[in-house]
Amino acid sequence: MRLEEILKTEQLNKSYENGQKVLNDITFSLKKGEVVVIIGPSGCGKSTFLRCLNMLEPVDSGAICFKDRVIDRANKEVYELRQKIGMVFQSYDLFPHLTILDNILLAPFKVQKREKSEVTKEAEELLKRVGLSDKKDVYPRQLSGGQKQRVAIVRALIMHPEILLLDEITAALDPEMVREVLQVVLELAREGMTMVIVTHEMDFARAVADRVLFMDQGVVVEEGSPKEFFNSPKTERAKQFLNMFHYEAR
Amino acid sequence: MDFEFIRAYAPLYASAAGLTLTIAIFGIVLSVVIGLLCSLVKIFKIPVLSAIVNGYIEISRNTPLLIQLFFLYFGLPKIGIVLSSETCAVTGLAFLGGSYMAEAFRTGIEQVPKIQTDSGLSLGLTRLQIFRFIILPQAVATSVPVFCANIIFLIKETSVFSAVALADLMFVAKDLIGIYYKTDEALFMLVISYLLILLPVSVFCTWLERRVRYAEFGNSNPVSGK
Repeated sequence: MRLEEILKTEQLNKSYENGQKVLNDITFSLKKGEVVVIIGPSGCGKSTFLRCLNMLEPVDSGAICFKDRVIDRANKEVYELRQKIGMVFQSYDLFPHLTILDNILLAPFKVQKREKSEVTKEAEELLKRVGLSDKKDVYPRQLSGGQKQRVAIVRALIMHPEILLLDEITAALDPEMVREVLQVVLELAREGMTMVIVTHEMDFARAVADRVLFMDQGVVVEEGSPKEFFNSPKTERAKQFLNMFHYEAR
Repeated sequence: MDFEFIRAYAPLYASAAGLTLTIAIFGIVLSVVIGLLCSLVKIFKIPVLSAIVNGYIEISRNTPLLIQLFFLYFGLPKIGIVLSSETCAVTGLAFLGGSYMAEAFRTGIEQVPKIQTDSGLSLGLTRLQIFRFIILPQAVATSVPVFCANIIFLIKETSVFSAVALADLMFVAKDLIGIYYKTDEALFMLVISYLLILLPVSVFCTWLERRVRYAEFGNSNPVSGK
């Protein structure tokens, strides 16, 4: 069965103002229902790439297409497109002056102009799914890091996105909170959510990914199924990188 | 201390205080509007206007209010613009306050992390919606302490209005001293009048600061707050 291609990039290039290249000719394709995990050392461009997919960053050259539609970042349609591509960031992205429920409802109200009773009901259901029903009236600062990230996921999901981009969503969390967040992501993957995930959690990557992309210095160095990639990486650079996660006893 | 004198002239002080307060309120409201507009120009780096705003802020912050009032009251008539004392006072206060308010807003806005804008964008909100619903409420909350300090500062600055022949508190006090030589009583009543105006403002500001402090969102009810 051939799956429908939902998002692709063609020869994406981007440099910082100082001339340093962050993305070098990245051609990438994402199919509906697919979960792609991007890993790589810090500064390799993986977060920048994710931000480009959501048009948060301008690119120097290349194209980004959503369902065969080339996206023009200067055009107003990006606002409409961003509703279809949800994103969760590393941290601090809940709105601190709004309650959890209002954080979730803001966009459906203001952007999609949906009915209050209908969205509130959906928000409550989603909160229940991530185990936070009792938190809807509190403020973000009263939640733990893991709880905040689960709310951020709910806030993205309520827009009914077709793709979810997760940018190191557990990197700022205490170890014991990582699991509660990743559990939610695993469930979403099981339900067929299309996702692009940047993470440093290798075990999680192996469990959730349909395909792994290894990036270094702005280039996709290696690509493959998680089994291939983690068990027998082909490139020297990937081997080196994966070795950093192993500790040998003395 | 001649209490008979104080009792006799208290109503005069009361009406002068009313005038001082009225001008202060108009001036402060205007300076908030000017401040918000100027901070937006600077935040969005609007060409040309940014340069004008920068020039305005430097002039306004680095010249005394007295000189600004002299310019309005004695200088402008030379080119045919005659303003009443009241207009001069309000304009002068707004001119001075605008730059202070602009800086208060700007720091408040700049303190909101960029990730908040990114989150808003990724949810499909427009830049205007993000400013209105996400940035501004947080910026106002962080600027409240500076804001309050500015308000108190501006009210105190009104004491130079007598220079443009406005019958404010300072004017009345100086007048009474000149006529009756009751220096102690006149100045005593002056101090009391300013305290009566400023203390409530100060108390209100302290309450407000505690209420909206940035880190305290959701902490207004520590009992039921989990």
